[in-house]
Amino acid sequence: MTQASVHAAIEPAETPVTPESWGKLGMWIFLAGDAVGFGTLLASYGAMRATSADWPNPYDALGINLTAFMTFLLICSSVTMVKALEWLGRGDRTRCRWFLFYTAVGGALFVTLQAYEWSKLIHEGLHINGNPWGASLFGTSFFIVTGFHGLHVTGGVLYLLAMIRWVTNRPDPAASYNAVEISGLYWHFVDLVWIFLFPALYLL
Amino acid sequence: MSGSGGEDIKRHVKVYIAVFTALMVATVITVGVSYMRLAVLLAVTVAMIVATVKGSLVAAYFMHLKSEKPAIFWLLMLTASFWVLLMFIPVLMHLDSFEIQAER
Repeated sequence: MTQASVHAAIEPAETPVTPESWGKLGMWIFLAGDAVGFGTLLASYGAMRATSADWPNPYDALGINLTAFMTFLLICSSVTMVKALEWLGRGDRTRCRWFLFYTAVGGALFVTLQAYEWSKLIHEGLHINGNPWGASLFGTSFFIVTGFHGLHVTGGVLYLLAMIRWVTNRPDPAASYNAVEISGLYWHFVDLVWIFLFPALYLL
Repeated sequence: MSGSGGEDIKRHVKVYIAVFTALMVATVITVGVSYMRLAVLLAVTVAMIVATVKGSLVAAYFMHLKSEKPAIFWLLMLTASFWVLLMFIPVLMHLDSFEIQAER
């Protein structure tokens, strides 16, 4: 069996209603499920926030300068991801790998800053079962939601590093395009989720 | 390989830069509005509108949802519909418990 026929066996032909690969469809299904998870966490947070009489003002308790910078970092990493795919589309695997690396560095920096923020807040008294400012569920929800997102970013960094290896092992840029595009979907989703978490957790 | 033509890529890059600029401006607006200390309901409304615009830009352009096949779009719509339905269950239970308390 030739490589082309193996590919045809696992990839469906593009139709007017389905995307060009099972992988892409699979990633969208995964992201839809993941969005339900994040959406439910956010809705639960909103319900607790709205019904609690002594919910602390997150703006005062958490501080936003560092988190605003983290948001900036994540948006920048989405742009470097787009550039990685663009260079692969132009046939330049070296630049693609560099931009994948920049994206991974952006993600790693985000997680590092989140760890720093957590340790600072824990030191100030914010714990999963209580805090000096008010409702104990404030800390619980903060750590669960940001932790769940942080795990996604960590997974994304590992995924991007695996993609660098994937591109390295395939001399033909066209052979990696679909896989890199799918990893990009995941990375942009992580950015998209943070866009909603940032104002909900830190500013309201 | 989709959209690998040189001109096509240049056009895409221009769009991505425009989207990036819009995302940055929207982030500044989000943070700026939080400094204004608006009433909670108004602050939630403004923050969620800005977040929805930003999220839509990321999904439409960075994730290519704008040019994606209908199956993906309908998959997301179906998921969102089920999620909204799912969220009604605790809301109804909450309202029900209020009614029981009111009857006592």
